[in-house]
Amino acid sequence: MMKPMIYLRDVVTLSHNPEICNGCGICLSVCPRQVLRRSNGKIEIVLRDACIECGACQRNCPLGAVTVSAGVGCARAIINQMLGRKQVSCDTDKSW
Amino acid sequence: MGAFKVRWGIGRMKYRIDAGLYATGEPTAESPVFVTANYKLTFDLLRKAVASIDGWVLVLDTLGINVWCAAGKGTFGTDELVDRIQSSRLTDIVNHRKLILPQLAGPGVAGHEVKKRSGFQVIYGPVKAEDIPEFLEKCLYAEERMRTKEFGFPERLALVPMEVVPAVKAGLFAAAALLVLCFLFAGFSISEALGYFAIPAEAIVASILAGAVLAPLLLPWLPGRAFSVKGTVIGILAALFVISFGHASSLLEKTVLLVSIPAMSAYLAMNFTGSSTFASLSGVRKEMRFALPLEIAGASLGLLLWLIARSGR
Repeated sequence: MMKPMIYLRDVVTLSHNPEICNGCGICLSVCPRQVLRRSNGKIEIVLRDACIECGACQRNCPLGAVTVSAGVGCARAIINQMLGRKQVSCDTDKSW
Repeated sequence: MGAFKVRWGIGRMKYRIDAGLYATGEPTAESPVFVTANYKLTFDLLRKAVASIDGWVLVLDTLGINVWCAAGKGTFGTDELVDRIQSSRLTDIVNHRKLILPQLAGPGVAGHEVKKRSGFQVIYGPVKAEDIPEFLEKCLYAEERMRTKEFGFPERLALVPMEVVPAVKAGLFAAAALLVLCFLFAGFSISEALGYFAIPAEAIVASILAGAVLAPLLLPWLPGRAFSVKGTVIGILAALFVISFGHASSLLEKTVLLVSIPAMSAYLAMNFTGSSTFASLSGVRKEMRFALPLEIAGASLGLLLWLIARSGR
């Protein structure tokens, strides 16, 4: 398996609260970056810097144990927003 | 051909599918239901992948946008999915209560809420449609390989046109304005004006090649973590190349190229963050805080020095 490309260090807002977590593991199946792992039955963050803040884990966690300030890491979108332009649609990947 | 055209931005809006329930093969009430976006490229990928499977395809109205981007915007979301389940009368058509969603729909869809509101259980499938047959064979289990979004050379190459088209558009505007300035400086002598235009033209072309083509392609091998740093590095190389083989004669002209090309290349490379699969919003904000002012300063300084070089003649 190829090592994932890592962006800037120590910036992402992801956090996981093991006190609330019941270990259902839905977060593991939605994360496209393998940020979380299960070890000894407990979920934990193992690749924090690989997180892209897509928010899939937070959105799908029924208990609110995973939180992240989700958004799209897109400079063009941020610039368009700064210029007050309407967001031009982004494109495209091999997802279905 | 359609994929080729749509990536170059030709007739994008025609690439929408009507939302609703479609059949693939000869599905029964027991057949699996796949959910997808109404972007034609996405729909075609799925259709091709499940060509040998009897199943249902529930197409959501994502305004013609692919799954990942639509999920990020929320159009591929819980509300749309629940509404579409009802309007397509899916409960009357299938006996089971399972939906297979693309994994990359995760940012938009809350599986547990869909279950609560529609009775359907959301199962996240593989990232890529082509892995669906294997996913079904393994009883709806996606191994890690299927759960990871790849971003190899082919993926980046496919995205280059979408970086180049807006860059060329902006470049043409800038070139037109600079050409007018050249004519003003040259007193409307065409040959002289074109001579003046060589430096700005070189700067624009080199910046686009470096920042919108080479930076995305060479991304993993360029030094630095921030995209703008990678763009600066390839921009400096491009500037040195242009200085060596181009029309710059004076030190001032060479400085113009050495300042402006890396700055514009950095800007264009930074714009690739959105297309990449590993940049976070927090990270991009942090990068932009230091990079954007420098990029604007570099391009402005280049312009200023060029004006000085021109008026000094």
